[in-house]
Amino acid sequence: MSTLEIKDLQVSVSTDDGPKEILKGVTLTIKDNETHAIMGPNGSGKSTLAYSIAGHPKYDITGGTVTLDGEDVLAMSVDERARAGLFLAMQYPVEVPGVSVANFLRTAKTAIDGEAPKLRTWVKDVNAAMGQLNLDPTFSQRNVNEGFSGGEKKRHEIAQLELLNPKVAILDETDSGLDIDALKIVSEGVNRYREQEGKGVLLITHYTRILRYIEPDFVHVFVDGKIADQGGPELAEALEANGYDRYIKANAAPA
Amino acid sequence: MTVTDAARESVTSGLEQDKKDGHLSVSHLNPPPSYDLADHPVPTGREEIWRFTPLKRLRGILDGEASDASLTWDTTLPDGVTLSTISQAEAREIGELAPNDRPSALAAELSGGARLIDVPAEAEITEPIFIRLHGESVDDLVWSQLVLRVGKFAKATVVLMHTGSARYSATTSVLVGDGATVNVVSLQDWDDDAVHLGRDSILVGRDAEVKHTAITFGGDVVRLNANVEYAAPGGSAELLGLYFADEGQHLEHRLFADHNQPKTKSNVLYKGALQGEKAHTVWIGNVLIRKVAEGIETYEENRNLVLTDGCQADSVPNLEIETGEIEGAGHASATARFDDEQLFYLRSRGVSEKEARRLVLHGFFNDLIRKVGVPSLEEQLTATVEDELARNVLRAGQ
Ligand SMILES: Nc1ncnc2c1ncn2[C@@H]1O[C@H](COP(=O)(O)OP(=O)(O)OP(=O)(O)O)[C@@H](O)[C@H]1O
Ligand SMILES: [Mg+2]
Repeated sequence: MSTLEIKDLQVSVSTDDGPKEILKGVTLTIKDNETHAIMGPNGSGKSTLAYSIAGHPKYDITGGTVTLDGEDVLAMSVDERARAGLFLAMQYPVEVPGVSVANFLRTAKTAIDGEAPKLRTWVKDVNAAMGQLNLDPTFSQRNVNEGFSGGEKKRHEIAQLELLNPKVAILDETDSGLDIDALKIVSEGVNRYREQEGKGVLLITHYTRILRYIEPDFVHVFVDGKIADQGGPELAEALEANGYDRYIKANAAPA
Repeated sequence: MTVTDAARESVTSGLEQDKKDGHLSVSHLNPPPSYDLADHPVPTGREEIWRFTPLKRLRGILDGEASDASLTWDTTLPDGVTLSTISQAEAREIGELAPNDRPSALAAELSGGARLIDVPAEAEITEPIFIRLHGESVDDLVWSQLVLRVGKFAKATVVLMHTGSARYSATTSVLVGDGATVNVVSLQDWDDDAVHLGRDSILVGRDAEVKHTAITFGGDVVRLNANVEYAAPGGSAELLGLYFADEGQHLEHRLFADHNQPKTKSNVLYKGALQGEKAHTVWIGNVLIRKVAEGIETYEENRNLVLTDGCQADSVPNLEIETGEIEGAGHASATARFDDEQLFYLRSRGVSEKEARRLVLHGFFNDLIRKVGVPSLEEQLTATVEDELARNVLRAGQ
């Protein structure tokens, strides 16, 4: 069982001109077995939401709460959040020079499970996860994300999702930069994950094409740091047809 | 924070044409070699080559008192390798490289004799030659003179390990025959109070390949020179270094690649980490491309990772070019702190902050350890680095 509950979340970043408010009260609950899609224009704060939940130090939480199964996520350190069951597939995965994928995955798995994985099954699991995402076995020996193509980085994120198997996965534009084959492969990975009992997914995207492979239960429209509308999968199709114009206009109108 | 990166570049085309020996010009960055102590006066600290070194902490080594103390020698000499003691005169006769600073001149003067490690021509020595040097106390003043001679087309690896404590000043010549392949590793794992002034000079034969690695963890003050010059065209040298300075330590590495022959190569990579109040590292990378040195290639790089406040990493690449007819010349120098994005990425996968720092540092040094190219040493080096990291990163994580 897993419920991620975001209530009235307000977040700012510090700039040279003082703090700048980016999230202006976001409320969203992801329950067991639910997939939520977030769509919204560039700069509306989607990644900010994802990073704030994961605990990136750049973002200051100025109000609101985030809980995972009732536990206060905002009180946890970055790694505690991951160990509590949160996972963020990043829009721009980070290169870690000199650290091999194999070493990284083993270290992460050991941290999440609290004990080292059994060597024999682990190597098999890693090879299987890499194989399913069409990453050849030599990737294990390469340095984390170093020299990976954009699509390889994204597939590597989903391989981690499958291996670390969190309670709730936040996918920030995992579909961006993927060709159609890679999109299918990545979607299948996410679907294998969410077919398990009690998993939640928050999927940030600009495109409906991924939503044809990963069908969401709810779609939220994100504009200017807030959720401007929500509905079922049909809302995504409407957005694809009409764009965000009417939300942006409504938002610009004096309150 | 007092991180200063004294990086600067000086590309000088008109060198002083001081034709002392009739043919070679003299770099203003490196005093000419000489056995005459009068050419190497006691430094004041204002000299270019001494300006970073804390002279007061050298415990009087530069006064040049005579001493017959020595380090204990424990060697592993594979078949075909000989170790002998020769006189200072003999060392000069077989072509050791003359001292180019005061400590090495004093060592050549006061050593009482040199040790000669000989690898005969065409010998392929697969197992490393180990020389374990141990000092009992910083009260001991030790002058040392060493010649490593590797004959034509021979292959050998020499590992020098320094442990314990001493006031140690050593001049070492590495004479590499034509077509030979030589790998020299010098590990400084001294106790906290040791003072080590060392000069390794390498003469690279025609088409020979040399790798020299300095790995420095221990000691109060360690100041090492690694100099390369070429006896004929076609030689290549790779100069590697890894250092980790803790609280109060001064670790200084000075490189000089003297491209005095055409078609020669030098490649320098030094990486260091610093942590703790008054941890100080100095890296000087001097490269001289002489007029005759057409078609050479050189690249030098120094990277420092500053882990806490209160450390200072000085990094000074210098490239002097007398000819435009070169294949390539470049350098890079960077001093950085932990990358927050890297730490965040690792931590977002559940890895604790301490472990994430350890991983990033391990990654930082990893490519260098792999390059050292002594398989039997790699594991030990990794373990030493891991130990150092475990101790220090633990402390940093408090
Ligand atoms: N350090 C900063 N200083 C000023 N503005 C910032 C800073 N960091 C982020 N922002 C702004 O915050 C806003 C939200 O950024 P965010 O990355 O969350 O958008 P997004 O919805 O993910 O956009 P995209 O669809 O392009 O990925 C943007 O307008 C961005 O410019
Ligand atoms: Mg974004």
